[in-house]
Amino acid sequence: MTAVAERSTTATAAPPKPRQVTVKIRRYNPEVSDEPTWVSYTVEAYPTDRVLNLLMKIKGEQDGTLTFRRSCAHGVCGSDAMRINGVNRLACKVLMKDMPDKLTIEPIKGLPVLKDLVVDMEPFFEAYRAIKPFLITAGRPDPTKEWLQSQADRDRYDDTTKCILCAACTTSCPVFWTDGSYFGPAAIVNAHRFIFDSRDTGAEERLEILNDREGVWRCRTTFNCTEACPRGIEITKAIQEVKQALLFRRV
Amino acid sequence: MQTHKYDVVIVGAGGAGMRAAIESSGRARTAVLTKLYPTRSHTGAAQGGMCAALANVEDDNWEWHTFDTVKGGDYLVDQDAAEVMCREAIVAVLDLEKMGLPFNRTPQGRIDQRRFGGHTRNHGEAPVRRSCYAADRTGHMILQTLYQNCVKQGVEFYNEFYVLDLLLTRRADGVEVASGVVAYELATGEIHVFNAKAVVLATGGFGKVFKTTSNAHTLTGDGMGAVWRKGLPLEDMEFFQFHPTGLAGLGILLSEAARGEGAILRNADGERFMERYAPTIKDLAPRDIVARSMANEVREGRGAGPNKDYVLLDLTHLPREQIDAKLPDITEFARTYLGVEPYTEPVPVYPTAHYAMGGVPTNIEAEVLRNNTDVVPGLYAAGEVACVSVHGSNRLGTNSLLDINVFGRRAGIAAAEYATGVELPELPSAPEQAVVELVGTLLNSTGSERVNVLRTELQNTMDRNAQVFRTEESLAQAEADIAALKKRYAQVSIADKGKRYNSDLLEAVELGFLLDLAEVLVVSARNRKESRGGHAREDFQERDDENFMKHTMAYREADGSVRLDWKPVVVTRYQPMARKY
Repeated sequence: MTAVAERSTTATAAPPKPRQVTVKIRRYNPEVSDEPTWVSYTVEAYPTDRVLNLLMKIKGEQDGTLTFRRSCAHGVCGSDAMRINGVNRLACKVLMKDMPDKLTIEPIKGLPVLKDLVVDMEPFFEAYRAIKPFLITAGRPDPTKEWLQSQADRDRYDDTTKCILCAACTTSCPVFWTDGSYFGPAAIVNAHRFIFDSRDTGAEERLEILNDREGVWRCRTTFNCTEACPRGIEITKAIQEVKQALLFRRV
Repeated sequence: MQTHKYDVVIVGAGGAGMRAAIESSGRARTAVLTKLYPTRSHTGAAQGGMCAALANVEDDNWEWHTFDTVKGGDYLVDQDAAEVMCREAIVAVLDLEKMGLPFNRTPQGRIDQRRFGGHTRNHGEAPVRRSCYAADRTGHMILQTLYQNCVKQGVEFYNEFYVLDLLLTRRADGVEVASGVVAYELATGEIHVFNAKAVVLATGGFGKVFKTTSNAHTLTGDGMGAVWRKGLPLEDMEFFQFHPTGLAGLGILLSEAARGEGAILRNADGERFMERYAPTIKDLAPRDIVARSMANEVREGRGAGPNKDYVLLDLTHLPREQIDAKLPDITEFARTYLGVEPYTEPVPVYPTAHYAMGGVPTNIEAEVLRNNTDVVPGLYAAGEVACVSVHGSNRLGTNSLLDINVFGRRAGIAAAEYATGVELPELPSAPEQAVVELVGTLLNSTGSERVNVLRTELQNTMDRNAQVFRTEESLAQAEADIAALKKRYAQVSIADKGKRYNSDLLEAVELGFLLDLAEVLVVSARNRKESRGGHAREDFQERDDENFMKHTMAYREADGSVRLDWKPVVVTRYQPMARKY
């Protein structure tokens, strides 16, 4: 035990050094101009800083007008999805030790930009609401205590319960970029979460909704969504399972 | 300016707000206002579970749970409220399951349960499996499940509407009643007046008064602050919980569930030091005791790391399958943010400001009190913003997820039932005036002070002077620092003068609430010359039931100063005794 403690001591012994980093941000404020502009900021970054820390430093010390959403700052609330060096990430889950000296930050793509990194989330939540994201138990009498469910049945949909609705997946999808009426990966993930829940009786209705021309068949299996998911959900696999369920009408 | 009319307006869309909305929206015309999106609320960050004496895996009953809650709260708990919470816990968990919450399961397919700090069998004999959980993301599942059911019921949300003022109207009989709220719409900068028969406050806590905290950036005590500025009291604000296991230096929460699953706290020598402080339940002692023990190890030179300023949470003896199945998120936090692999290395941890036991005083119907006995008709509060008081001076782990479900539900029902029996109250004259002035002053200010600087200084003095250990001297220092910061706050100016998503303005308003609440916390703490639960005074190390077994009630005077009073504790079945574990 002591040996382990000492090892961890050495690992953190060297005081971390800050470096100068250039952060180029796509700014947009229709109150000021109809055109977006790129603005670069130079800021000090420690290896342990998250990209969110840098944005807060810029806002606090250099330019209070810089606007972005954030809340929990450790990857569970889903507020701060943005495009960082071309990839959708949560700003609070990217550590500067893993990043180069130049950052390029833009809003997530495919949703209307309202100001700087703030996008209109309403179309995203509209697609979510459309797939009936709630337990349906119609036609079954409520149990006196809980519904029984084996751990194996619980495990079937475990992965898709992790979704935090950050939109990183949907806004990384090339199909969604070209056709905003496509339901998008996040909505399908949340449909999957209920379709494969043994307590639920609404699979048919949801599959019918996803059988739509804007539904699950638009997916081109590019895996962008899976790579973008900050929760590590195997989204493409979930979409495949929904497709299978539609083909064979069996969950 | 727009005016809206509703039967019930709920402020906040975390667990308490949405649980209230599920009850209220079916009974009365209801709107839910949140400064975020509902799924961003900090309920989602809760990890370990929600206790209820289901007795699914071993013998248990709600009376044991009540006892643990009262003892855990160091006898400052109102015992009638604790009885309600622990009795209704069972239905609250079953309700969530029926709403779809994916709990972990026993081999028989029932809701699985695990151990948690301070929860014991038969009045302290040994730890009991009482926490119902979904891996280490129970709060996430509760938040999602409640939101899903709000979607199902078509609950009307006003997202990114920041409530800045509470409206009270004096009735013909002289009684002041709730008549609505005033909100600032972040997308447009427009001010909205919501005229309502009943208002439910569910705005959460104010952990951002501290630097090291598990709380979200948005937890700035807005609901408590609005109530305070109306001259209504705040209760037990000196009691703030420091969760033992925050990631060292960062404050990000690592659930007590880790210790519930068998993880062990060790000092630099590898010693399991909790054996010395709580010989019976060791690492599963309540949070205040564990946090103090950790701070003491560091203070006495047994801390780990290059600066000897943290202790170690050791999971290395746990099977990897168990870690992956039961603690996937927190182990990922350790990997992501500290670069530590919990399979093979102990995780550096230190106490982090976590939860406000105090808040807006309510009775067990979630009605807000204007003094020790009278309620404000039409005004309700539930969750962390409220002080019922089920947590007393120290909340047990999992009891907050329970609190939001039990009292959120109660608040929703009570508000809707009250609203169906009264007329819409008249608004006070110029209801938007205070908010127009507040916003206008900040937008037009040309002062030289910056929000960022003042907030950092506030958080630094709070961490230094009002954290796990406190003294008259440290608290006096904090009070003086806060007074100076409040003066400087009058000179604060912001760069963004626009109407659209002005988060610069938002942060300035939030800082104002934080300063007010920090002052109430510190003044209340100076006045409590004893150590009890989360409030540890080095100059008064013993609990003093004779003089201090009573709730603090803080009132804002006309000149802005804090006046303190007391409220008796409700004792039903448990007389105070020495708190040993």
